[in-house]
Amino acid sequence: MADFLQLFISGLATGSIYALAGLGFTLLWQTSGTINFAQGEFVMLPTFALLAFSAIGVPLPAAFALTCVLAVVVLGWGFKRGIADPLLRFGSMPVVVATLGLSIALRNGVRAGYSAEAHPFPSLFGDDVFRIGRVAVTSVDVGTLAAALVLVLATQAFLARTVTGRAMQAVAQDTTSAVVLGIDVPRMIFYTFAINAILACAAALLIAPTYLAKFDMGESLGTKAFFAAVIGGFNNSRGALLGGLVVGVCENLAAAYVSASYKDAVALAIFIVVILVRPQGLVGQRVERKV
Amino acid sequence: MTRQPRWLIGMVGMAALLVLPPFLRSYGLYLLSYWLVFVIATMGLNLTVGYAGQASLGHAAFLGIGAYSVAIVMKAGCSFWLGLPLSAVLCFVVGLGLGFPALRVQSIYLAFATLGFSVAALLVMRYEEWLTGGTSGINDVGRPSLFGLDLGGNLAYYYFVLAVAVVVAALLRGVLRSPWGKAFTALRDNPIRAESLGIDVRAYTLLSFAIGASCAGIAGALLASLVQFVDPTPFGLGVSFTMYLMVVVGGSGTFFGPALGAVVGVLLPEWLRFAQGWYLTAFGVAVIVLMLWLPGGLLSLPDRLKARAIAASRPRT
Amino acid sequence: MTPKLPTATVLIWLLAASTAHAQLKIAVIQELSGTGATAGTNFKNGVELAVKEINAAGGILGQKLEATIDDTQSNPGIAKALALKAVDDGAFAVFGPTFSGSMIVSMTQTRTAEVPNFTGAEAASLTQQHNPYIFRTSLTQTTSMPRVALYIAGTLKAKTVAVIFVNNDFGKGGRDTFVKAAAAVHLTVAADISTEAGQLDFSAPVLKAKQSNADAVFVYTNEEESARCLRELRKQAFSKPIIGETTLAGQRVIELAGPAANGVLAHVGLTAEAPIPAVREFRAKFEKAYKYVPDHNVIKGYTSVYFLKAGVEAAGKPNRVAVARALHGLKISAAKQPGALMDVAIDDNGDLDRASFIVQVKDGKQQVKEVLPPVAKF
Repeated sequence: MADFLQLFISGLATGSIYALAGLGFTLLWQTSGTINFAQGEFVMLPTFALLAFSAIGVPLPAAFALTCVLAVVVLGWGFKRGIADPLLRFGSMPVVVATLGLSIALRNGVRAGYSAEAHPFPSLFGDDVFRIGRVAVTSVDVGTLAAALVLVLATQAFLARTVTGRAMQAVAQDTTSAVVLGIDVPRMIFYTFAINAILACAAALLIAPTYLAKFDMGESLGTKAFFAAVIGGFNNSRGALLGGLVVGVCENLAAAYVSASYKDAVALAIFIVVILVRPQGLVGQRVERKV
Repeated sequence: MTRQPRWLIGMVGMAALLVLPPFLRSYGLYLLSYWLVFVIATMGLNLTVGYAGQASLGHAAFLGIGAYSVAIVMKAGCSFWLGLPLSAVLCFVVGLGLGFPALRVQSIYLAFATLGFSVAALLVMRYEEWLTGGTSGINDVGRPSLFGLDLGGNLAYYYFVLAVAVVVAALLRGVLRSPWGKAFTALRDNPIRAESLGIDVRAYTLLSFAIGASCAGIAGALLASLVQFVDPTPFGLGVSFTMYLMVVVGGSGTFFGPALGAVVGVLLPEWLRFAQGWYLTAFGVAVIVLMLWLPGGLLSLPDRLKARAIAASRPRT
Repeated sequence: MTPKLPTATVLIWLLAASTAHAQLKIAVIQELSGTGATAGTNFKNGVELAVKEINAAGGILGQKLEATIDDTQSNPGIAKALALKAVDDGAFAVFGPTFSGSMIVSMTQTRTAEVPNFTGAEAASLTQQHNPYIFRTSLTQTTSMPRVALYIAGTLKAKTVAVIFVNNDFGKGGRDTFVKAAAAVHLTVAADISTEAGQLDFSAPVLKAKQSNADAVFVYTNEEESARCLRELRKQAFSKPIIGETTLAGQRVIELAGPAANGVLAHVGLTAEAPIPAVREFRAKFEKAYKYVPDHNVIKGYTSVYFLKAGVEAAGKPNRVAVARALHGLKISAAKQPGALMDVAIDDNGDLDRASFIVQVKDGKQQVKEVLPPVAKF
């Protein structure tokens, strides 16, 4: 039982990492229909920005604020104006491919311009180990999980409680009606891109101590974020959290109790079945096919 | 009339592919063969993605299944000529299987299912050591000979791959010209309408996956013999993404799109090598610029030019 | 007839001029992007530094080295293309690739073209095919794993060991060799745990290692995974000795794992911490040029260029076949060839023999506990 708990709690902590990356993914999809295959790189870039600011002696909170501003400009506004806006009217394919190109460019740009090595990244939550009975938990695990929870709830509250948030949801659900209602649709869509950029920075801050700052960290992170988003339900921001946690825990349990080699496959197989039975994901709402 | 120039370019390209290679050195020959292998594979993916409109992000798995089939068959002492059709048939069957989720889910969910399949296939290649050699792979995969003609040389093998590419292209052309082909595009443009027109949506969805997969299987078989070594690395998710990229950049749903897309995906990075460490960054940027310039892919350029010419010839008011 | 005479003169003059400025082209074919990028980039940096030094000192037998650098994208198919390109361009020697799969493919090409090929790849099979043109740049798993197993069974007096390895060509190959070596010294493998490259969560593997009740754990994974595994071992309070080979006690892993790396024992073939003046001097030079501590892959790349230099000098002429022949059975002494850093002997298969070290991490620093002598005498 202690072993099971150990795996379960570790899985939750890892899962919250996936969830953080997956959250922005779902938001972009919901409001603008953008599938961002560079999502992992959107976390990798702020990681290196944070490292760079720290290297020139900027204290962490200031570095984080600066990174957020940079990210909103580059990964939010720049990404929207440069790639999403011109391409979205041609369907999802050109956006998918342009973001694939973007991820290749960013990943290899950091590699060629900075370093091909992994770099350590300081943890916000220290590095203490707590033992509860036979179960060991680190402050990083707890901190990441809690922060992920807070971020998801805050995003949810913002979308559901504030006027801007509701307007954004209206855009996500029905753009035409939103226009009729007098909502500034382009602005609402920009807000989503900005929020995605800030979430990516937060994810970077939380993930990098475990993931380590490396040029290719976005590769696996992007895939896991995508999985988390799909499993949780692409049209619900709580879904990404649930999806991420489920993936993290399932992988651990599969590794321990089924097969270490096929842990990824075991988890995926379960999810594919889930998706086939509940195509809208675990907590998503069903969207009817449009003619 | 409108199709004439396109075919003319095609004929000139074909002539160049036939005449020029003997003047190339081994690096150039190898790259051209490598490019052709990906042309064959992406022609298949183009059927699934471009013509039938199904999201598929796991195509590299079929390339792998094809490559491993030939390598395993040849290691067992059998001929390449047994391995090649086996690759195609095996991928056809597995492709049918992968088509089933497409009957229930679409877009991102289907992309997820195909990605998942690709991860699983990769794990089998990596862990079933008794069959696939695991991560150390299978070495010394031979090249075939045909009617006593040795295809082992780089030039001979190039012409062999070219011949296979032409045959596969001709077969696909036949399929697309037939009522089947019309059914595929109807499926992409409006599945509900296609259904009401009496098209068996289920059968065509499955077929589009199966035929696309078997093309990749054939390409994989040729790849194994080209590199003469098989291990799991070239069949990862990244390669699936690159193949998807090739289809869209070339012009998804266009017949010659894959040939151009594979030029971008396979040859462009090699041409960019002068940029040293930055060559892959340059490649990524090139892909973004290409998409922004021609969201319909490279083959939408003639239409774009034509539209511009018409606009220019129109009298200004 | 007369107009042809000046042309011929010019031609001869040009030829003579070109030999006067003759250069030895070397092709560096490495994993500079993709999964092998860390190892490949380090190897490449090592080669670059050595080439710069050798050229500054007048080249090899008066000929300057001209290096071309190409990236295999960690893909054997591309590696083959680059090997063909190197051969087409008349490369005098090829350095790389580091991935065994890519190496298997490219060494066939360099063999046909009779080009000496130096590799950082570890798979035992590479030098067992009687390819007279392949040369290692480090001890292989076949040499180092028995030393590790002997240390675990002998010095640590362990009866059982848990193995955590990464399932790629490096990790799996090492695991296979280690398991064989363990059997030879009657060390039982109590748990055989496979992990993925890029794995984040090591709680399941570490839990399995604990459950096996083994007397020690042997961890054989790449840098980032090693760091995560060490942290998890510390988190779950693993109390038995933790042993690795080269990577686990590397400077990079120590940096990434923080205090969790303290106490780790490892067998190390090449280390910038070696108590050897030449190595210290090299380390200082490298840190000055590249601003980071060189790891074993840097040393592999750096020394391999000096192996080539020793080979050319032993052959007495820049002839590829003669150089390959001269390198077999060559003993390179660090006193005469300082760039080789340590005395090294190359055997008839292209494998190396050289001293190695048992190190322990203390306070975030690698400390050499024992020097294991080479098999051959110098």
